[in-house]
Amino acid sequence: MNDDKAAGLALASMWVGFIAFLAAVVLGVYQVAERSGTFPAIESPELYFASVSTHGVLMAFVLTTFLVMGFGYYTATTSLGQKVWNKPLAWFGFWLSVAGVLTAAVPLLTGHASVLYTFYPPLKAHPAFYIGATLLVVGSWIWCLEMIMMMAVWKRAHPGETVPLAMYGTVANAIMWVITSLGVASEVLFQLIPWSLGLIETVDVGLARTLFSWTLHAIVYFWLFPAYIAMYTLLPKAAGGRLFSDQMGRVAFIMLLVFSVPIGFHHLYMDPFQAAGWKFLHMTGTFMVAVPTLITGFTIIASLEIAGRLRGGKGLFGWIGALPWSNPMVTAAGLGFLMLAVGGFGGMINASYAMNAMVHNTQWVTGHFHLIFGGTVVIMYFAIAYHLWPKMTGRQLQSNGMALTQLWLWFIGILVLTLPWHQLGLDGQPRRISSTPYDASLVEMWQPNEVAMIVGGVILLISALMLILVLVKTHGNAQAESNLELEYAEPLHSILRMPRLMNGFGFWTLLVVVYMIASYGYPIAQFFLMETHGTVPWSI
Amino acid sequence: MDPLKHICEDPLERKWVWISLFLAIVMGGMLGYYAIASNIHPPSNVETIDSSRLHLTEEFAEDNLGVKANPDGTVTVTMVAARYGFYPPRIEVPVDTPVTLRIASADVLHGVHVPNTNMATMIVPGYISEVNTTFPETGEFSLLCNEYCGLGHDSMWSRLVVVPKNEGGQSS
Repeated sequence: MNDDKAAGLALASMWVGFIAFLAAVVLGVYQVAERSGTFPAIESPELYFASVSTHGVLMAFVLTTFLVMGFGYYTATTSLGQKVWNKPLAWFGFWLSVAGVLTAAVPLLTGHASVLYTFYPPLKAHPAFYIGATLLVVGSWIWCLEMIMMMAVWKRAHPGETVPLAMYGTVANAIMWVITSLGVASEVLFQLIPWSLGLIETVDVGLARTLFSWTLHAIVYFWLFPAYIAMYTLLPKAAGGRLFSDQMGRVAFIMLLVFSVPIGFHHLYMDPFQAAGWKFLHMTGTFMVAVPTLITGFTIIASLEIAGRLRGGKGLFGWIGALPWSNPMVTAAGLGFLMLAVGGFGGMINASYAMNAMVHNTQWVTGHFHLIFGGTVVIMYFAIAYHLWPKMTGRQLQSNGMALTQLWLWFIGILVLTLPWHQLGLDGQPRRISSTPYDASLVEMWQPNEVAMIVGGVILLISALMLILVLVKTHGNAQAESNLELEYAEPLHSILRMPRLMNGFGFWTLLVVVYMIASYGYPIAQFFLMETHGTVPWSI
Repeated sequence: MDPLKHICEDPLERKWVWISLFLAIVMGGMLGYYAIASNIHPPSNVETIDSSRLHLTEEFAEDNLGVKANPDGTVTVTMVAARYGFYPPRIEVPVDTPVTLRIASADVLHGVHVPNTNMATMIVPGYISEVNTTFPETGEFSLLCNEYCGLGHDSMWSRLVVVPKNEGGQSS
């Protein structure tokens, strides 16, 4: 086996991610059951909010970061055909991230960090929670450095050649993550850690929330990037076709890099401390960030159509039936796109400058991001695992049939969970509540959907257990995998000469910095220009 | 000549890129147009206050909270959000009348939403939230805290009653 591939590093990272994922799904089932009010015996706000905080951290920080890192190491080494830039440093980053997760887990699980994964000052968690989260982020920065260096080393060794699309997307994500994580890093390092240790007395909540918004939107693209990279570079090959356009993939990645960070104010639409004009500016950028997703939709569906027609599909829609739906990557992408289409419409409403007031902080929002993140992104993580596990372990997937059932169950579970949540939100139910001690007319209206979400949660738990079972059994499979090479999709038109702008990131990084200064410069500076009043820590 | 030509070879895909850009600009443009034409903006009010000393301010001292009719016929509602309630806990406002709600937090982060209306804002310690709205229907509404504020968050809600115009507004 080719030693360049970093399969050990990738497997270790992804396993940490999936173990966190399984724990988070178990907590999720407890949460839907507790919250529904159907089982009075398990009702407890202490347990519920500890659980929600842990669920959020495990899903949003742990699963995602480790999946991104593991997939990144594997795509970098296989697409470039090059060793990890500094392997001891990469392992150090991995262990630093693991140490961060374990450090944060203690206060989370003991109810000393029930402040949700969004931190919410002036509620104060135990300092170990903030310190653990910081270590995880610092570990991920090491991954970013590794990715950027690997591309730089490769370009020096291959002057004039085009960086493979998979690597181009991975480095776009690494640069974006460094820029976007600076917001939350500033909040935690300069505000929350010293404040929770008692070194400073108060924290400016307006500044803290502005800094968090800097991170909060682009972080979802950090999670989404591996899904898009798999769709552009692995899916067309798995479907038996070609990638419709390599260049448009680059355009999409560049647009995500440029537009996803400076638009975080749609998370602050309802906050008082930023003027409407700034919110308006960020709203316009928010609509621009829909463009790379629309481009991706076109390119991927066109690539699948090529595959379907090559396999003998005829007519306007006949090619869809001709696709190899027994391939987990194809099935996951198909189901993922359906969820993305539905979730995208919801996202437009959230992004709407004025309409957002009707759904802000209602269960609609929880429904929206579970559909897109829990649906589209996570189902592509499964597909990535099913695609890579045989290549990384040298064992055949055991079994493909179970993998397909798992994907369909996940799709059904997500719909049963999130469609009722959208309805609950329209009916005014707040998110982040552990019970509904409200007016009877509201509570009665909510009840049927409260029961539906339990069914969804249980289906998702069964699906999650099947995922872990398939991955574990694959490690022990006696059947060796014959094809250990990770095959990337060939573009339909071969690349003759890639414009320099689409083969590097210097210009685009500079553009993001300028755009960031324009959209966040004054909104952050204002807190230092006006007289503000900090807030002392409050326990939960 | 299509400026996309040298990055995108396929004419169909170029058409799609233009459609995508057009969609994004039209949707953003429509929202922008309605926001400016109808003067609908999210609640934005850069105004600071010391949340630990609300009782020492004139506006948010306990005696001054509640519903006040203004000379121009509009209504101003002054409220404090604190774990775990809104004060005063019951407010009455007249139907079809411009209402300005000014709310300050005495402790942590809160939010408020009146289901089935567009009355919503975050309430952030250190800042005064201000929402301008009009309630077009009479009836009893719930005012729910919609941001996690601690273990008692679920039970933080109060009552908003929209009454016919001649009955005026009050709080208790």
